[in-house]
Amino acid sequence: MLKFQPKEHKATRLGFGEALVELGHENPNVVVLGGDVTGSVRTDLFMKAFPNRFFSVGIAEQDMMGTAAGLAIAGKIPFASTYGEFATGRPFDQIRQSIAYSELPVKICASHCGITVGQDGATHQSLEDIALMRVLPHMTVASPCDYHQAKKMVKASMHLKNPLYLRFFRDNSTVFTSPDSPFQFGKADTLIDGSDVTIIACGLQVWEVILAEEILAKDGISVRVINMHTIKPIDVETINKAAEETGAIVTAEDHQKHGGLGSAVAEVLVQHCPTPQEFVAVNDTFGESGLGEELMKKYGINKDAIVKAVHRVIERKKSNRFSRR
Amino acid sequence: MKILDTNELKEISQQLRRDVIKMLMISKSGHSGGPLGSADIFSSLYFHILNIDPKNPKWDGRDYFFLSAGHYCPVWYAALARRGYFPLNELTTLRKINGRLQGHPAPVHTHGVPGVEVASGALGQGLSIAVGCSLGLRLDNKANHVYVFLGDGELNEGQIWEAAMTAGHHKVDNLIAIVDRNDCQIDGRTSNVMGLEPLVDKWKAFNWHVLECNGNNIDDFISTIKQAKDLKGKPKVIVARTFMGNGVSFMQDDYKWHGVPPNDEQGKQALAEIPPTKYGDFIEFEWEKEINLVSVK
Repeated sequence: MLKFQPKEHKATRLGFGEALVELGHENPNVVVLGGDVTGSVRTDLFMKAFPNRFFSVGIAEQDMMGTAAGLAIAGKIPFASTYGEFATGRPFDQIRQSIAYSELPVKICASHCGITVGQDGATHQSLEDIALMRVLPHMTVASPCDYHQAKKMVKASMHLKNPLYLRFFRDNSTVFTSPDSPFQFGKADTLIDGSDVTIIACGLQVWEVILAEEILAKDGISVRVINMHTIKPIDVETINKAAEETGAIVTAEDHQKHGGLGSAVAEVLVQHCPTPQEFVAVNDTFGESGLGEELMKKYGINKDAIVKAVHRVIERKKSNRFSRR
Repeated sequence: MKILDTNELKEISQQLRRDVIKMLMISKSGHSGGPLGSADIFSSLYFHILNIDPKNPKWDGRDYFFLSAGHYCPVWYAALARRGYFPLNELTTLRKINGRLQGHPAPVHTHGVPGVEVASGALGQGLSIAVGCSLGLRLDNKANHVYVFLGDGELNEGQIWEAAMTAGHHKVDNLIAIVDRNDCQIDGRTSNVMGLEPLVDKWKAFNWHVLECNGNNIDDFISTIKQAKDLKGKPKVIVARTFMGNGVSFMQDDYKWHGVPPNDEQGKQALAEIPPTKYGDFIEFEWEKEINLVSVK
């Protein structure tokens, strides 16, 4: 039986866009920068509600990051938003120098992240953004598992004084959390408790993990499921506890294997609690055009891939190689 | 602080040049050409033009100054110290470990000094920041002016023209950009590395008011700034012609001095060409003490 029931299907980017409007009403210093894809990233909602606090910079992401930094210096709370690749890879040096090194409270909010953006193809499939952003000092990096968490994340970001990167997705996805469940940056959600293995995921992969857990439970495998919505600073305590109590870890993300959530978890494990880990991620390759579901299957990041990874890691745990047990 | 007149500003410029030479002689690393060439601009800004309070660097009524071409920082640090943002003797710490005078500027809340709002050094980023700041101030109906200093070589960067387009589009007329037009960059003449002309027409085409002046003439520079402040409806840019290495004969207008410091002999020669001022140096070298003793005798 599924431990969480799907309530509806709504995009995380919509949660972002709606939360921005709420913030706009609450705080006159909230400003938004648009890079000509406002309808896609859903900053169009803010633009319509607060036209004088919305600044179009055109298709110019490097300028967008600098302009956001300047608005922050003038005391504003800027949200800069475009597609994942163009919000991170294209303006990396601007983010590094003008925002991260300068420790300015700019909120970079990227939509259309991951391979699930689908038919636009590899140029638009942001699979390196977590790696690029989490390597920067001072940067907080987070990605919500559904629409409600996206909203909560955006609203909670108001209290962060450091630079922030938020990772949203285009597709309508399963809404399974509730509007009133707590959210705190850096504090992971343990969604399902279990003792044989822990799956740590972020973004839309969390729902895939919930689907995989149902399959695994039928096989008698007790799975702990953790939504690691904040990739940096990562919740070391929750990872260590899971490693100690379940002895096997699988990470799942819609991102490159190198440098993403899996790497971040591995960095914790090798230092604190060496534990067998399997990675569900895009394996050092670019994507291609196709439907989201097709791509998740082909590139090995759907529920079936997660189930296989769990079986592999449990074998490793039993064989006692690289394992304390 | 009282606003200084031209003669006093000239003496400040002279002192800033001495400061730059001495800072670079101590650090044995850093840029000579641009800082010397722009000393007149920095003395005019910090002792005449900018509405600032060094005792309260984050005063919300301040004029904002951004140094986009971060490698000019020796002269900026000298101007900030002379204006009272931090102790003068800190100028001995340029590029030194555990110091605040980073090789390229950092804001005070990271590694840097008061008066620095944002990091710079990777070129081409400051204009966007200045435009953002201008938009933010305009939103609050504030009268503060925003100034940004750009090198001419820096105008090769595409982000400058993205920002120029944004500023023109949003008609941010509380913004004054200053281009240090010394026609030099690290590899040579700007015209050889990457042609910029017709530069005035380029800015006009991006919907800016464009003014030109001699950036090594304090009267001309200040009156041009005053003209720019009165222009409305568009962002303003001043193309200020200067000589790289201005004031030191063997450095003047020579791009080879873009990114290197003087050695001891060159430094002594440079200081001999820039007479001491009433403001006094931030450090007296041992060899200067000997010279001074000889001259007293």
